[in-house]
Amino acid sequence: MNGKELEVGATTLAALLDELDYRDVVVATALNQNFVRAVDRYETLLEAGDAVEILTPKQGG
Amino acid sequence: MQDGLSVYGTQLSSRLLVGTAQYPSPAILSGAIKASGAEVVTVSLRREAGGSRAGESFWTLIRELGVKVLPNTAGCRTVKEAVTTAQMAREVFATSWIKLEVIGEDDTLQPDVFGLVEAAGILARDGFQVFPYMTEDLVVAEKLLGAGCEVLMPWGAPIGSGRGLNNRFGLEALRKHFPEVPLVVDAGIGTPSHAAAAMELGYDGVLINTAIAKSGDPVTIARAFALAVDAGRLAYGADPIMPRDMAEPSTPQLGRAFVDLSHA
Repeated sequence: MNGKELEVGATTLAALLDELDYRDVVVATALNQNFVRAVDRYETLLEAGDAVEILTPKQGG
Repeated sequence: MQDGLSVYGTQLSSRLLVGTAQYPSPAILSGAIKASGAEVVTVSLRREAGGSRAGESFWTLIRELGVKVLPNTAGCRTVKEAVTTAQMAREVFATSWIKLEVIGEDDTLQPDVFGLVEAAGILARDGFQVFPYMTEDLVVAEKLLGAGCEVLMPWGAPIGSGRGLNNRFGLEALRKHFPEVPLVVDAGIGTPSHAAAAMELGYDGVLINTAIAKSGDPVTIARAFALAVDAGRLAYGADPIMPRDMAEPSTPQLGRAFVDLSHA
């Protein structure tokens, strides 16, 4: 997740966000460099080796 | 000529766009944006360690300012990265505007114009309203317009350099070739005089971040930039004189005392 190896119990992207305490945080997600809409996170299954990106609003130029 | 700027059907009264990065504190960021009068600020998406919620507090601050956000794809180096980041930004920030950056060179942060055109086309077809960070190249401009961009954002100089308008000739040529396209100088502006110079060339706006955020007094210089943008725009509309090689008296010669005595 976000470039670091992580062992998790979650089997879906939505469950992963819960497990990592992002439940109430505004985030955007991508799986293996492909955007995953918020509404699709519940059906997005995770497999070993998947690369998940969780991004939040930040300052930008 | 205190007229507004229209981009993708949105009318803005300020021609100064401001970045939100590198400020000493959230309070100074907030003060600088207010002092600038900017109605559009650039924002980004980044990884966050679980639980810190810094992104959430930043986003709350921006929303409280009541400004329009222009998310960027800063740091993206491939078309795929830029497109995915844009898609993520559209969902989080609830806007189809995207400042598209595809960086091609690390020392200058020069845009990869080939990737930029490709990404712009993909995003425009997906309903994005793209603000491409580009060089001042005329051919690239033509390709970006063909890809669906309605605004162009050429650099003045490398990001964060504060060097001003490195290629004034190129920027002038771009302005003349595309008189109807909103053009915003993005990157490289260091001082209010640089901003005024861009506006005097007929540019429709300037986007500034580092020159405000890293100054000794961001709030005051933000106000100075706002005044400079207005001054430059006013000057552009007032048909300034052209430079001359030789002097020309500004005081009338006719009726001058002693005018012919030395030759009497």
